[in-house]
Amino acid sequence: MFYHALQVEDGRCIGCSRCMKICPTEAIRIRGGKASIQEHRCIDCGKCYEVCPAQAITVAADDFEAIHRYSHPVALLPAVFMGQFPDDISVSRVYATLQELGFAHVMEVESAASIFADAKNKYARENPDRFPLISSFCPAIVRLIQIKYPSLVENIMPIKVPLDISAMYALAELQSRGIPCEEIGLFYITPCAAKIAAVKAPVGEEKSLIDGVINMSLLYNRVYKKIKELGKDYQYKPLSRQRLSADAILSTLTNGERRICAAKRSYAIDGIENVMDFLDKLENDEVEGIEFLELRACDQSCAGALLSCDNRFLCGERMYTRARKAAERERNGEMSRDREMDKFKSHLIEHSLVDEVQPRSMMVLDPDISKALAKMEKIEHMKEHLPQIDCGVCGAPTCEAFATDVVCGQGDLHQCVFYRLHLESKGKMTLGEGRSNMYAVWGDDRISGEIEV
Amino acid sequence: MHQEYTVVEGDFVNAGKASSSVKKTLKQLNVNPQVIKRVVVALYEAEVNAIAHAYGGTVSVDIDADKIRMVVADKGPGIPDIAWAMEEGHSTARPEVRDMGFGAGMGLPNMQKNVDHLNVTSEVGVGTTVEMEVKFV
Repeated sequence: MFYHALQVEDGRCIGCSRCMKICPTEAIRIRGGKASIQEHRCIDCGKCYEVCPAQAITVAADDFEAIHRYSHPVALLPAVFMGQFPDDISVSRVYATLQELGFAHVMEVESAASIFADAKNKYARENPDRFPLISSFCPAIVRLIQIKYPSLVENIMPIKVPLDISAMYALAELQSRGIPCEEIGLFYITPCAAKIAAVKAPVGEEKSLIDGVINMSLLYNRVYKKIKELGKDYQYKPLSRQRLSADAILSTLTNGERRICAAKRSYAIDGIENVMDFLDKLENDEVEGIEFLELRACDQSCAGALLSCDNRFLCGERMYTRARKAAERERNGEMSRDREMDKFKSHLIEHSLVDEVQPRSMMVLDPDISKALAKMEKIEHMKEHLPQIDCGVCGAPTCEAFATDVVCGQGDLHQCVFYRLHLESKGKMTLGEGRSNMYAVWGDDRISGEIEV
Repeated sequence: MHQEYTVVEGDFVNAGKASSSVKKTLKQLNVNPQVIKRVVVALYEAEVNAIAHAYGGTVSVDIDADKIRMVVADKGPGIPDIAWAMEEGHSTARPEVRDMGFGAGMGLPNMQKNVDHLNVTSEVGVGTTVEMEVKFV
């Protein structure tokens, strides 16, 4: 029903339930000793991926070899990719190594940051009645709002993100050089799962221009290995590349959009819990007078993305260092070739709008309000009898989520260990029945022999 | 569906607890987001009123298939002239409450704007009861 980049690999899952407890949208249940993701609730934020001790949550990206299907494969890099490399590996070396690996063209998607900013400012000027405007930048946030804050979808700016704008640019630019469209393969190097979902199942668009998505941490390994193989003295082919401006480099970090937006009052919030806390207030109209919100699912924004290989603060600092150097060049009047994109600016801005984001609430108990009310009464009744300690033994993250599952036919009341004990003590359930209920959730190999202490 | 909440005088930290909980319920019932917004805004105003101007009180909520009814009953001091208080900018707030940024006289008018039916009854020294109704369609 909904495409997701995050998947559970059953063979590896140990059913520890850490993912179930951390999932911000309560999308995970344990069944048969394995985690399972409810696709209508998952927003591909990757919290489960980070917490999994068994590497059982995988990110479904495309295979690197897919680039060889095109005579002009283009690597569309996020700026955080450069933030992964130690200081002695320069940006131009990374670019050249990507060419060695088979990419014909390399481009950082943040080259489109200024066009993205212009498009947002234009939209804000034309739509002051839709304040507070929420940036479309973070795909996990767009999905969070769709499922959990349906009344706020109309605040999301229906504007293409730098990734899609840079894809449009790359296509237009290469075609203007006479390269046929079918020979151009656009590959996005993704720092997170949500961007994969955004490419494979875009919100507000029929289809993405991107031909493939490559896992950033896997590409990092490839590039780093290649650099080591070639050695320090290897003579790289000089490569024409766009230099990013300081604003562009910083745009994916927290405050990156906010610091260059024209809004009078704005906030930059990172970390999904922080975002949810704020959206709760916003939905209640408890906060007023805000014009713009930059919301990012990951702590430290994309520097803390799940496929970021290095510590988020180390990565962030490297990006700041790069931005400082860029700013110095700008001050010396030596600029920045990201203005090359300006040739196509009017075309890009003209095509930067997407359709309005639609809500797809996960909260609804039943489309028919009378039935929903009846279900809610049952949930309330059940909650009075459940222990309310959110132990998770039933395979759901909270007693409330469990009660909701039961009422919606996705859980069995007998999976509550407390309720089972009650039934057993009243002679209404046998030990054997109780045990098979336990197996249904946790698998049949959890209960082992006696422990001697 | 019936829900009840207690509102404590001066407990600004917990202002909005009742309206947030009602919001969640209405989302689960698939009520139109714009209608939910009106309910939440009105109830939040009433909650803040009971916390800021009155000596706390109770919020009781009844939800049917076609409407929500909310009754916020506070424990005084009461409003001497309700018609006067319904006008924008008119407030009976005490000076110390105004110092905290409340008492602009927008509370009752804002509730009026967002609900389909509003009824305010008050007895000086006893308390004020705000009854609100919002239809879902």
